[in-house]
Amino acid sequence: MGLDIRLPIGLMFSLLGVLLTGYGAFNRAGSITKIDGQEININLTWGVVLLVFGALMLFGAVRGRKTPPPA
Amino acid sequence: MQIINLAWVDYAILIAYVAFVLGIGWALARYMKSSSDFLTSARSIPTWVTGLAFISANLGALELVGMAASGAKYGIATAHFYWVGAIPAMIFLAVFMMPFYYGSKARSVPEYLQMRFNKPVMGLNAIAFAVMTVFASGISMNALAKLLNQLLGWNYHVALFVCSGVVLVYVLKGGLTSAIYTEVLQFFMIVLGFAPVVYLGLKDVGGWHAMNHSLQSVATDPSALYLKGAGITYAADAWTSAWKPVLAGPANNPMGVDWFAIIFGLGFVLSFGYWCTNFLVVQRAMAAKNMAAARNTPLVAAVPKMLFPFLVIVPGMIAVALTSLPDKNYRIPPPILSQEVYAKAIDAVKSASPADSAAGVKAVGDALGKPVSAEKIASLIAANAANKLSDEQIEKGIYNSIAENDYDGVILSLVKKYCPPGLLGLALTALLASFMSGMAGNVTAFNTVWTYNLYQAFLVPNKSDDHYFWMGKFITVVGIGLSIACAYFARQYNNCMDIIQLVFGFVNAPLFATFLLGMFWKRTTSIGAFLGLFGGIGGSALFHALTIAHGNAPGIKGGYVHVLGEFPSEMAQNFWLAAFAFTVCFTLTLVISLATRRTKADEELKGLVYSLTPKIKSDNVPFFLQPGVVGVMLLIACVILNIIFW
Repeated sequence: MGLDIRLPIGLMFSLLGVLLTGYGAFNRAGSITKIDGQEININLTWGVVLLVFGALMLFGAVRGRKTPPPA
Repeated sequence: MQIINLAWVDYAILIAYVAFVLGIGWALARYMKSSSDFLTSARSIPTWVTGLAFISANLGALELVGMAASGAKYGIATAHFYWVGAIPAMIFLAVFMMPFYYGSKARSVPEYLQMRFNKPVMGLNAIAFAVMTVFASGISMNALAKLLNQLLGWNYHVALFVCSGVVLVYVLKGGLTSAIYTEVLQFFMIVLGFAPVVYLGLKDVGGWHAMNHSLQSVATDPSALYLKGAGITYAADAWTSAWKPVLAGPANNPMGVDWFAIIFGLGFVLSFGYWCTNFLVVQRAMAAKNMAAARNTPLVAAVPKMLFPFLVIVPGMIAVALTSLPDKNYRIPPPILSQEVYAKAIDAVKSASPADSAAGVKAVGDALGKPVSAEKIASLIAANAANKLSDEQIEKGIYNSIAENDYDGVILSLVKKYCPPGLLGLALTALLASFMSGMAGNVTAFNTVWTYNLYQAFLVPNKSDDHYFWMGKFITVVGIGLSIACAYFARQYNNCMDIIQLVFGFVNAPLFATFLLGMFWKRTTSIGAFLGLFGGIGGSALFHALTIAHGNAPGIKGGYVHVLGEFPSEMAQNFWLAAFAFTVCFTLTLVISLATRRTKADEELKGLVYSLTPKIKSDNVPFFLQPGVVGVMLLIACVILNIIFW
């Protein structure tokens, strides 16, 4: 089928990554999880993870488009 | 139970996910031109995609919720469902069975049975399977709608219809392909949505070793956390070792099972029965683009599957460890009770006199309708008498004294505890994704079996492909409608659901014997297979009627005819039932086959039976990528995991 699933996956997780990172950066107070007194801005951290994952998927999709697999 | 209010960012994540899932359906719609495009993906999908869909279709939310629950109840031994159960069965499917499923060009698992035996055997399997998928998706949709209702305060009916509606749209648009593609997206959503929760939970309990340390003290007195009845104790490693407690015998592990039940009942009969014959998962492999891709599908799936216990079982263990640490202010959630019930119990605490705490404890217990810890209620009453507590404080005290755990609430209670807005939306979306992938899996398997194996085979044969294409779409709508009806049924009659699930247990337990003999012994006859299957189903019903698990009253849980044997736990009863049903079906099929004449010649069975099918030569594939070799490597990895957590 003519759809490379990496494209929508990459787009979606990049978008979610932007949302989470953005929320974590601009609403620090609301993004904190306290563990043993240590404050973790989990939105910011995990948002970056999602961005990296999304980018990797997009990279794969773009590279796949240049060299179309044998049908 | 407090309702969570979602922030805009949570809604944004949820909406983005739904939009992408629908978009995939839309993008694929233009490729749907025939019934085979729609129902079988015209065998065109790459391996890594079918591989991830293979586990995602199985990764319904009941699995996610249930595995965390079992992790809390039984500890790391729950991983047997993966490291003894799923992985070996998936490897067997890839190496030995896939060549027949894929090579025979059957469009479904029941259709293979028709080719190998005859129509009646196929019909029996197809009907049981079709009914089962509809109920399975209904039960899980009911659970989802209930959860969204309790957790977010959403309207039950709206939640049910909106979620089913989303699944309907993308399955109707893009058929099996769209179900498979979205399952891949859902797979990543589930992993990336829950991983941070596990990470935060583990960090909170102080890391892996600290968690094990806490669990070791829990094991010696599990009743303190209401995990077991008073007086039951285990060795310190009962929650943290997978094998030692099992080898020590049923009385020494919280599952109440022995090694034979694990290896034969769970590992061989139940897991092989599920992973090798259930069309819901096998369909994903059958959609692969060629034989090599089909065989590699379960192998690709086995890699993440092997690591899944860390994502789905460990949260349950974290929850137990957290509960045992008083300063963490957490407990495994008690059964969900309404605010009115709590209000009554609060009044009971307020009006109780500390001088007669026994009466107070009873009044609170009656108001809740649940067992309570007498000691905790008594001290709550005393504390309130000494120094007026606020309603909120009393409610918290009552919450902590309910002497019963609702294990199914474990995963969400952790999500609530650790996720700020944003991450919360991600975790909830992951949960929603798991429900949708489960439902779409059921619906796409149902519409194929209905259209090809019941409608075309028995009701309306010899029509144009357009007709069956139309029927495939029509039955997709009907299937979703039936699932919704089943969801309402499940909501009304919880007990009936237990019975239905029980009956499915009877139907499934012997099935693998039929496939094993059919695929690997050319002498197996159709009559033998049909009667053997029936006998196996009857055998499991009889076994259930005559045995019971310790602590259960005779009735729906077994022993309703007469109690001949008692098992230490329900799980042990289930494993032994499966082993018994398999043996009955195997023996009957064998004996009847020997006593009846073969109706199919060797020539007709070529491609359907192991000994009559030329072995697949894959000379162009390097040695280390041959399915057999990869299978052995995966098995070794699995053995290593078993040893690490011995």
